[in-house]
Amino acid sequence: MSIMEETSGSAPSIRRGRGAGWRGLGNMREFGLVLIILALCVVMSFASPYFLTWTNFRAMLLSFSIEGIVVVGMTVLLIVGAIDLSVGSVVCFSMVVGGFFFLAGLDPWSASLLAVAASAMIGVMMALCVTRIGLHSFIVSLAFMVIVRGLCLAITGGTPLSLFSLPASFKFIGQGNIYGIPVVIIIFAVVVAIFDFLLRKATVFRKVFYTGSNEKAAEYSGIRTNRVKFFCIVLCSTLAGVAGVIYMARFGAATPTFGLGMELNIIAAAVIGGASLKGGSGSILGAILGMALLSVVSSSLILLDVSPYWQDTIRGLILLAAVSFDHILHNRKKAGAPRSAGH
Amino acid sequence: MSESLALEARNISKAFGPIQALNDVSLSLRKGEIHALVGENGAGKSTLMNIIDGILRPDKGEILINGSKADISSPEKAQRLGIGFVHQEIALCPDISVAENISMAATNRRRASLMNYADTRQRAATALAGLGDVDPESKVGDLSISEQQIVEIAKALTLDCSILIFDEPTAALTEHEAAKLFQIVRRLRAQGISIIYISHRMAEIFAHCDRITVLRDGRHVCTQDIAGTDPEDIVRRMVGRQLGDLYPPKNKASAAAGELLAVERLGDGQRFFDVSFALRKGEILGIAGLIGAGRTEIALGLTGLRPLVTGTVRLEGRDVTPASYPQSIAEGIVYLSEDRKGAGVFIDLPIAVNISALALEQVSRRPGLVSRAREHEQAEKLSGALSLKRGSLDDAVATLSGGNQQKVALAKMLSVGPKVIVLDEPTRGVDVGAKAEIHRILRDLADRGTGIIVISSELPELIGLCDRAIVIREGRIAGEAAGDDMSEEKIIRLASDVGRKEARGT
Repeated sequence: MSIMEETSGSAPSIRRGRGAGWRGLGNMREFGLVLIILALCVVMSFASPYFLTWTNFRAMLLSFSIEGIVVVGMTVLLIVGAIDLSVGSVVCFSMVVGGFFFLAGLDPWSASLLAVAASAMIGVMMALCVTRIGLHSFIVSLAFMVIVRGLCLAITGGTPLSLFSLPASFKFIGQGNIYGIPVVIIIFAVVVAIFDFLLRKATVFRKVFYTGSNEKAAEYSGIRTNRVKFFCIVLCSTLAGVAGVIYMARFGAATPTFGLGMELNIIAAAVIGGASLKGGSGSILGAILGMALLSVVSSSLILLDVSPYWQDTIRGLILLAAVSFDHILHNRKKAGAPRSAGH
Repeated sequence: MSESLALEARNISKAFGPIQALNDVSLSLRKGEIHALVGENGAGKSTLMNIIDGILRPDKGEILINGSKADISSPEKAQRLGIGFVHQEIALCPDISVAENISMAATNRRRASLMNYADTRQRAATALAGLGDVDPESKVGDLSISEQQIVEIAKALTLDCSILIFDEPTAALTEHEAAKLFQIVRRLRAQGISIIYISHRMAEIFAHCDRITVLRDGRHVCTQDIAGTDPEDIVRRMVGRQLGDLYPPKNKASAAAGELLAVERLGDGQRFFDVSFALRKGEILGIAGLIGAGRTEIALGLTGLRPLVTGTVRLEGRDVTPASYPQSIAEGIVYLSEDRKGAGVFIDLPIAVNISALALEQVSRRPGLVSRAREHEQAEKLSGALSLKRGSLDDAVATLSGGNQQKVALAKMLSVGPKVIVLDEPTRGVDVGAKAEIHRILRDLADRGTGIIVISSELPELIGLCDRAIVIREGRIAGEAAGDDMSEEKIIRLASDVGRKEARGT
């Protein structure tokens, strides 16, 4: 396949400024999100003396670190043009399976490995439905959201598994600190760094962009789009499985109702961060900033003593505002361009 | 004088930001004439038509309908003034019936809250009468493109229009279907309807239109009677420079050259059967035929994009019958789709990212990781070779004109250094200048040993560009034309089975 491979070894030609990455628009959005988050922080630091404290920041980071791992998978999935509503159930499933095998006498590490593998298997089943039968991922994952939740309840008999006997070495993943920084946050940062790099550089993920941007054109470029979609769906479920295991270590318990509604928060974060439901665009950094924004808002609402009944409404409105703003901005950019490009 | 004008646009100017799309353009449409509007992409045709249709407001200038000043503030207003628009891209609802589509505007205007299907059917039947044989009950999505176009026209006619704008209606039609369309257009003219006809095809303009207006770079170049001018002159005015010969010189030697690609008894069991042909070295081979004859399917089968039931493909004597498209690419046989936006390019992705899509390993420094520098180097080189007019390589393909988008699609194919390129309608919707450039590029590639197969519905293009053409009818090869023997008449006869039917009839 490398017919022209050696012809491209010539001297470096004209290169434009590094700033203009191929995510030009994405970078702008990420910058905007950082500004909004900073502005919120400034306002909040006046409104509440507790906001600008290490304890509060640690709490905020902790609150979205584990979910953040799932956001990474969801972002990849949205870029390929699919969606996964089952992640909340799969996170819980991973916890429950891990807990079940641990209580059955397995060491926690092997139990965790099995839990992640089981989560990946859920992904494989969904991917088969999408690529072989040709169903839409929305419907497939909606079905699996319910199926997997049912499995969680069936395995546990509806009552939480108590895992207090987990060894300290395992609990360290979810509860420990290294130089005062929670291990959970470190894991999260490493996952984000790796996937952000891969998403920009790796050929595998480039194919994800091609497929999501225009599936037909991708096929006509020799890309096996079904394989790409398969990969993305399994990746997302696997990352949800990893998150589940970390939650297990953090809570020392496996609750069969854990993660209800989590998928909506995760999809919201990815969309605020620039992922499009139509596929073809999105970035890890953006999604994490989206997550951070939601988290800062939640924390602010709590510190401002807003009734918890109103918090969801406000979060929903923020999602709507962020997405509308972006849509309007994007359309204006398009309208500004000459329309004479036509016929 | 102005009484006989159905529509007059006076001194229209329109700017988009810094770009002056129209500059003091005037256009007069006489009652009951077919007025051709031509110009390269970006000349301002669409902008002018969008102003007449009320989609855009002009910065300066005025529009007169039947001699009186009209303020066209919206497409709905334009409708009420009797202006109908048949868009290039068919804007119908595929899931509902022909009748409901035709009555859409009327339904929208009605106050009643329940559909009156009897009325809807009646209206559709009236509108379709004389246009063609389309069943008002069938779903639009089940119709062919030419039938859908008839529905579009019928829809415009239900609005009592006196002015009808056609935006490249024949772009997706075969010659045969286009001829039928022109019968309809002429009948409309006989009914006193004035028609603005936008097209890139000189032959049909000169065969059917009364007057012609040329736009270039947002300015009015000339308006002339068709009888008083010729295609060469119009093309020259459109591009503002001498194009020289419209088509590059052919390669006469190729007729005697050896085989590069041999296709034997190819069939998919559904759309094409027993197709055998050879592509010689240095040759551009055309594939002609009506839309739906199986031309595209043959190309897809040949490149592994469609499963084959029978047949082999040999490249330089070696059996390379593909099981999949990636395998075909690896052998050096690539396919460029007729649907540029739908399957040719990734419209929202950057130019450089588009060009590298076929073989990412070529732009990787370490395995599995794309190198931005290499990717840009590749894009720089290929876009230079094809003289792509562009901004930054990081700009989305959507920012380019149609012709340049097609060049990106072509660059993507060339990135793997293919031995054979199969191009499906390579110049559809591309302006005259870019079209000639693409033709030159293809001839140049052929001269340097790349095998070129071109599918085209535009006969002048096939005849002008190709050294030889095979004609497909109902999935089988109906015949071949080469050299001086290659004429529109011969190809149409073979494609539409005219000769045989006549013979049988007598």
